[in-house]
Amino acid sequence: MTAEIIHRLHFAFTITFHYLFPQLTMGLALLIVVLKTVALRTGSETWDRAARFWGRIFAINFVFGVVTGIPMEFEFGTNWARFSRLSGGVIGQPLAMEGVFSFFLESAFLGLFLYGERRISKLMHWFSAVMVFLGSWISGFFIIVTDAWMQHPVSYTRMPDGHFEVISFWQLLMNPWGLLQYMHNMTGAVVTGSFVMAAVGAFYLLEGRREDYARIFLKVGVIAGVISSILIIFPTGDLAGKYVAQYQPAAIAAMEGLFRTETGAGIVLMGQPNEETGQIDNPIVVNDVLSFLIYGTTKAEVKGLDQFPQDQWPTALPLLFYAYHIMAGLGTWFVLLMVVAALLLWRGRLFTSRWALWALLLSFPLPYIANTAGWMTAELGRQPWLIYGLMRTSEGFSSTVSASNGLFTLIGFMGLYALLGLLFTVLIYREIDHGPEPKQPATESVAAD
Amino acid sequence: MMGFLWFWLVAVMIVGYVVLDGFDLGVGVLHLFLVRTEAERSATLASIGPVWDGNEVWLLAGGGTLYFAFPLLYASAFSGFYLPLMIVLWLLILRGVSLELRNHIDVGVWRALLDGVFGFASALLTIFYGAALANVLRGVPLNADGYFFLPLWTNWQPGVLPGILDWYTVIGGLVALVALTLHGALWLSLKVSGDLEQRARNVVSPLWLILVALTVVSLFATIAVRPASLDNYFHYPVTFIVPVGVIASLAAIQLWNRNRQPLKAFLASCLYLFFMLAGACWGLYPVLLPDSTRAANDITLTRAISGPHTLAVGLAWWLVGMALAVGYVVFVYSRFKGKADAHAGSH
Repeated sequence: MTAEIIHRLHFAFTITFHYLFPQLTMGLALLIVVLKTVALRTGSETWDRAARFWGRIFAINFVFGVVTGIPMEFEFGTNWARFSRLSGGVIGQPLAMEGVFSFFLESAFLGLFLYGERRISKLMHWFSAVMVFLGSWISGFFIIVTDAWMQHPVSYTRMPDGHFEVISFWQLLMNPWGLLQYMHNMTGAVVTGSFVMAAVGAFYLLEGRREDYARIFLKVGVIAGVISSILIIFPTGDLAGKYVAQYQPAAIAAMEGLFRTETGAGIVLMGQPNEETGQIDNPIVVNDVLSFLIYGTTKAEVKGLDQFPQDQWPTALPLLFYAYHIMAGLGTWFVLLMVVAALLLWRGRLFTSRWALWALLLSFPLPYIANTAGWMTAELGRQPWLIYGLMRTSEGFSSTVSASNGLFTLIGFMGLYALLGLLFTVLIYREIDHGPEPKQPATESVAAD
Repeated sequence: MMGFLWFWLVAVMIVGYVVLDGFDLGVGVLHLFLVRTEAERSATLASIGPVWDGNEVWLLAGGGTLYFAFPLLYASAFSGFYLPLMIVLWLLILRGVSLELRNHIDVGVWRALLDGVFGFASALLTIFYGAALANVLRGVPLNADGYFFLPLWTNWQPGVLPGILDWYTVIGGLVALVALTLHGALWLSLKVSGDLEQRARNVVSPLWLILVALTVVSLFATIAVRPASLDNYFHYPVTFIVPVGVIASLAAIQLWNRNRQPLKAFLASCLYLFFMLAGACWGLYPVLLPDSTRAANDITLTRAISGPHTLAVGLAWWLVGMALAVGYVVFVYSRFKGKADAHAGSH
């Protein structure tokens, strides 16, 4: 393997594992605010306990997000030094802003939320939850701004020595690509949060215990789930897709598996891209739909990969195609499931429909897969560029870090993260098993809290 | 002017990180030796529970600031110190996770294991941080593009082609280990009560003696390894106030600890860390990373700094953001002031 591939894998592996945690953090932060708000307005102890329970899940998840997040900021320098040197003046800013504006806020109020409930008023405790939510969502914004500049560089000049400088800071933050991606991504985080919450509710009901909490979780999870599942497709996904089609036409052609330019292009629902023959093997196609989705008319011409020199094709074509189709397919399932669940909830039959509860329980891993596949679609679609149209990926990795040194630390991370994944599963299982009831006084005196 | 300003702003972030995360690292090292009962351990860990991850944010915010203000330094140093940085990352992961986990697992052997990992990772981190600073002071063999790649060690000599570890950087690591352990002891004597408080206070004196000796040794070692470190001081003799500050704060630590004024002793320790770091930065200025092979190739402030617009914009949001951040820090610490409450949380 070449150094370039290893540095790419290094970043891809660590960021993919990392993002399993923040997507739940950001989604749950919103839902915890909902729980706390109801608790504050009604004075219900049950809703407060529900909020505390999800606070504990949040806390575990947050720590894993923090410890796997620190490597990400380092890896820009350790593994992508040549890229960082040229672009640090631009993307270093939003990355630093994430720390300064969001992490200080989030960590301060999370400490207060988890440890300080007896030291502050109820209103202040609710406020801490809101601040944690705000902190985590601001953090997401700055990361998206960073990525958006690599996807769609705006407001920069290139200096004689090749490095980039920002022209307008405001335009950097308000990059339209970033705004669309932010809406799409945060909705995705809410999908994860609501599926997880609904799944825990379904789990408790299927087990026949903690039914009062289970109903709260299902109600909040399904209502947030149906809203976010619809928003993730329309308008956020739809707009993001049109923007990709406009500014990264080679990426959209590869995502859709469109090798040849077509008027009235059909959409490939399934199939296997064959790079050698330049076609989709065994396709299932719906005529004209792709043209309609992108341009709003069935007769529009959609550019295929044949319009672009082969050295500008995304480098991992089949992977990109599959990632995109998995994301889109799962997104469709989310809407179906959540609309049905919401109807059942409305008719008052959700809590007794065991098949629906089973479907909700078993579906909780799917948003993780969809969010991961979505990010793979965005980042693989950007290839072969590191900064779209300006700097190739092959020009950005650290030239002084050899392939085998990179492989050594990549394998180190894989081993460590396998252990983390195991520990996380055990911890979350214990919390869910223990449930929202307050701890027994006997164990409380032993537990460190 | 902008260069001077950003140099010191980055230095402020580093000082903030060392002073804040420093005490929870020190508590991590100390709890292995000082704590006798589970209740004491709970109180010890509760004293850092609400703040440790906020303290770690200073590392991220500082790293980010370095990234956009001095992209060349960030790119060169992070890729050149690749191996030790990866080890630091693994240690940070192990440390954070073991601390979190031990609160959820109440089985004796597992807890003992996790506490051990937490203490061990904390100790190694302090050594790595000290060694990292010593590496920067000593210099590295830069190539013409300003890049390098250091092995973990070579012949243990701080010569033209050094490794990450040599006798000089090991001294740096030891200074950090002892200084931050002492820092943690002072924090504990402030935050816990009873026997443990007494033990924390008692451990200060022996640590203090070692720290005084190591401080003196490290000072002369630095002058021996990079004589140019003194240039700024002789050029602006008024800045000899910094080493005087080191001595004064060291004396104050011992004095106030004996007089049972833990808050003052802890603040004196913060000052000691501040003066040591500021002194090192001033010895380096305006160099950011010296070339151990030839001075003409040093990474200097003017060579590494971002463009004027980046820095102007950066300054505007940085000042606002850090003012807010300091506000949160003050707020949180004031909420948790006084002795730590071992059963404070739902957590």
